[in-house]
Amino acid sequence: MPATSTRNLTAKTRLFAVLTIVTNVAGNSFLTRGMRQLGDVGNSPLALIAALFHPWVALGVILLIAWTLTHMALLSWADLSYVMPVTAFSYVMTAFAARLFLSENISYARWIGIVLVTAGVTLVGRTAAASSGMIEGKPQ
Amino acid sequence: MKWVLVLMVICATTVGDVFRSLGMRQHGEIHDFRPGAIGSSFGMVARNSYVIISTCAMAISFFSFMKLVSIAPMSFAVPMSAAAFIPETLLARMLLKEAVDWRRWAGVGLILIGVVFITQ
Repeated sequence: MPATSTRNLTAKTRLFAVLTIVTNVAGNSFLTRGMRQLGDVGNSPLALIAALFHPWVALGVILLIAWTLTHMALLSWADLSYVMPVTAFSYVMTAFAARLFLSENISYARWIGIVLVTAGVTLVGRTAAASSGMIEGKPQ
Repeated sequence: MKWVLVLMVICATTVGDVFRSLGMRQHGEIHDFRPGAIGSSFGMVARNSYVIISTCAMAISFFSFMKLVSIAPMSFAVPMSAAAFIPETLLARMLLKEAVDWRRWAGVGLILIGVVFITQ
C-alpha cells in the first residue's frame, strides 16, 4: 500500500478512535444519569422502552448509536482485537466521568481493577491489527 | 439481580461483537463517507444476516445494561462489561481465525484479575 494511503488510513483510524471514545463515555454518562432520575422502572421490556423517551436517556442513546456506527466503521478496516485498546481507554475515561459528573465514590480496589482491565485490554490489542489478512499497511 | 444483568450483558455483547465483526468483514472496508455512500453501505449491512443477529444481541445487551446502570454504579457496570473480552478472545481465535498469541492471552488474564478487583 502506498505511503499516502497508509497515512490516510492512520488519520482516519485516529479520528474514529477519538469519536468512539467520546461518544461512548458521554453516552454512558447521560444514560446513567437519566436512568437514575427515573428510579426503578421495573423489569418489563415495555417499561425499558418507555424509559428511552426520558431526555437524558434519549441523549445517551443517540450518543451510543453514534458510538455504534463509528465502532462498526472502525471494525470494517481493523480487527476486533485492534479496536480493543480504544475501548480500553474509554474505561478509564468512564471512571473519571462517573467520579466527576455522577459523584460516584470509586474505591481503591475498583481503581486498581479499572487500571488492570485497561492494561489487559490494551495488551490484547498489542498485536497486528489484521491477523486474518484483511488489510495491508496496518496503522501503528 | 445485578449479577443476572451482568451475565446477560456479557453473553449478549459477545454474540453481538463476534457477529458484527463477521458481518462487517463480509461487507469489506468502508472507504466512502459521503452521505449517499454511507446510506447505501448501511442498506447493504442492514440486510446482512450476521449483522441482524448482532443487532438483536446488542439490543438485549443494551436493555440489560440500561437496567444495570439504574441499580449499580457506572464505574462498576462499564468495566464489568469488559469481561466480554474473555469469551470474545476465545471466539476471535476459533470463529474469526484471528491469531491469538501469548500477549493477548496475558491481556485476557489481566482483565480477569481486574474484574475481580472491580467486584470488591
